[in-house]
Amino acid sequence: MWLFDRDLWSEVFNTLGKNVFRTILTMLGVVIAMIILILLLGSSNGMSNMFQNVFAGTASNSLFVWSQSTSEPYKGFERGRRIQFHLEDAEIIKEQIPEIEVLAPRIELGSHQGITTVYRNGQTSGSSVYGDYPVIDEVTKKKLVEGRFLNHTDIEASKKVCVIGEETYELLFDKGENAIGSDVRINGVFFTVVGIYRPNDNVNIDGENAVFIPFTTFQKAFGSGDRLGWMAIAVKEGVKVPVVEQKIKKLLKTKYDIHPDDDRAIGSFDMSEIFNNVTTFTSVLKGVSFFIGFFTLMAGVIAISNILLITVKERTKEIGVRRALGATPKIVRRQIILESIVITVFAGLIGFTIAIGFLAMINGFLGEEGKENVPLLNPMISIPQFLVSFILMVGLSVLIGLIPANRAVRIRPIEALREE
Amino acid sequence: MIEIKDLHKSYKMGSNSLHVLKGINFTVEDGELVAIMGSSGSGKSTLLNILGMLDGADSGEYTLDGVPIKNLSETKAAEYRNKFLGFVFQSFNLINYKSALENVALPLYYQKVPRKERQEKAMQYLDRVGLKPWANHLPSELSGGQKQRVAIARAMAAEPKVLLADEPTGALDSTTSYEVMDLIQKINDDGNTILVVTHEEDIAHMCKRIVHLKDGIIVEDKKIEQVRAGQYV
Repeated sequence: MWLFDRDLWSEVFNTLGKNVFRTILTMLGVVIAMIILILLLGSSNGMSNMFQNVFAGTASNSLFVWSQSTSEPYKGFERGRRIQFHLEDAEIIKEQIPEIEVLAPRIELGSHQGITTVYRNGQTSGSSVYGDYPVIDEVTKKKLVEGRFLNHTDIEASKKVCVIGEETYELLFDKGENAIGSDVRINGVFFTVVGIYRPNDNVNIDGENAVFIPFTTFQKAFGSGDRLGWMAIAVKEGVKVPVVEQKIKKLLKTKYDIHPDDDRAIGSFDMSEIFNNVTTFTSVLKGVSFFIGFFTLMAGVIAISNILLITVKERTKEIGVRRALGATPKIVRRQIILESIVITVFAGLIGFTIAIGFLAMINGFLGEEGKENVPLLNPMISIPQFLVSFILMVGLSVLIGLIPANRAVRIRPIEALREE
Repeated sequence: MIEIKDLHKSYKMGSNSLHVLKGINFTVEDGELVAIMGSSGSGKSTLLNILGMLDGADSGEYTLDGVPIKNLSETKAAEYRNKFLGFVFQSFNLINYKSALENVALPLYYQKVPRKERQEKAMQYLDRVGLKPWANHLPSELSGGQKQRVAIARAMAAEPKVLLADEPTGALDSTTSYEVMDLIQKINDDGNTILVVTHEEDIAHMCKRIVHLKDGIIVEDKKIEQVRAGQYV
């Protein structure tokens, strides 16, 4: 096996070592190209990770629907009529639109995004108070710092419990004070705190300061009857959110006698749209990074080919002698290609090491995992990305090495040995 | 050993072609030491190139050790060159970044002789040309005569059927030339067939037979009384 032929390798290293300075200069192109490729890939990975972190906890296929006021007169109703959803709407929608995976009805105390004062031992907090079903956790995941989220028993028994946000905790409790099991008062009703959660800073549909109580408790405590504030929906996998969004709206418009062209009566927010935009953005970014990196790498490898061409020209006589001594074209070609691969791979690995060092440094500056609001999170390349880059590099070096190799093979011994 | 019949060769020089060899016929027996003489342009180098399979003939037959040499692929030619022929050039053509020993071992490498055996054999041949102490020196550290002796050792290391020497003394002063010829004669004494291309009368007379080329044909082919180079050294 020629791969383990010590002499072949010593031939290769001999020729490369003959002009160390030139070999190093040649390698510089590939070193820099590799650094650029890896840095670009690493950064776009970091950016992608960052976005993923931002969206962590929110189902990418989620949709929020709430009621507003009509903007068109219809069926004898005047414009400006306030629409009020009811609990049965959730049932109907869930029943008629099978694409829906989860539907969590929610009701809010006061008006939309309204503030209610929550009391505890003379301390107060202006919070949004929501009546929720436990399934809401499947649409927007709550990061619990302490305790638990609402559960089915809470709903069935209409327990007077609540889950509060971290900010609410800070306003109502002293630092380090145990909140679980304590009571807070909302509109004269006492609720026991069972959990504290940390809101997602970046994608937040609940507001900074919120209190969640079981939906059924909400109904009884605040007499909301079968009224419904808004619905958080997660659609099944493979289903397009806008399609479901239109279906729900159509259904609700018919039910509440809303003009079919009235776009303002029902409000909605499609989370997948933002998500898709970001995913597209990061994919394009990755693609562009790879594209730029690829061509930079190509330029570097072409530089190597160029130098090898010059070397072959310089070594015309030597190659001629070798041919006269019995070197077959195959041996000559193999040696030149091997030289190309050795330079490229060596240079590539140097560039790779430097780039990884850079990325590690950037990572160190930007902070550890879990930190939010950093421009790049874990900027590093993956093993497959490394392998692809590496294979690409070797492939390119073989292809490009063929040019000087074929030039070397075309040298006829008689021409090489002709006395000047 | 060598049989050539009606060999023709011409080169295209622009629109007109230059007829260099115009029907060469000659035979070399085993163990002969032949000088091929002629002024420049007589076709002697072309003949040597064809004999060395570095160039092909236009027409005619060439048989080397019973093997017809015709329409060889580059790979086959390389194989035959390696197996049948040893080359000695006027300008030595040693590989300048390899030591004397590595240079001598090179044809053995192409014969795929194992490394250790190769080194031993190369050293043995280097010893035969009296350069064992210089084995690890680079060509640039050797004198002209020493370089040519390394080149001869390299040509002989592959144990070729025929040694082809193209002006082996062309770049050397007369004393060194005689030393080299002395070596060539000794190798011939061991029974090796050698062809020497030269334009120097004294060198030619150190062979056993002189073939004179003029304008692409053999004008004279005679056996001579060999002058031993040893007496001048």
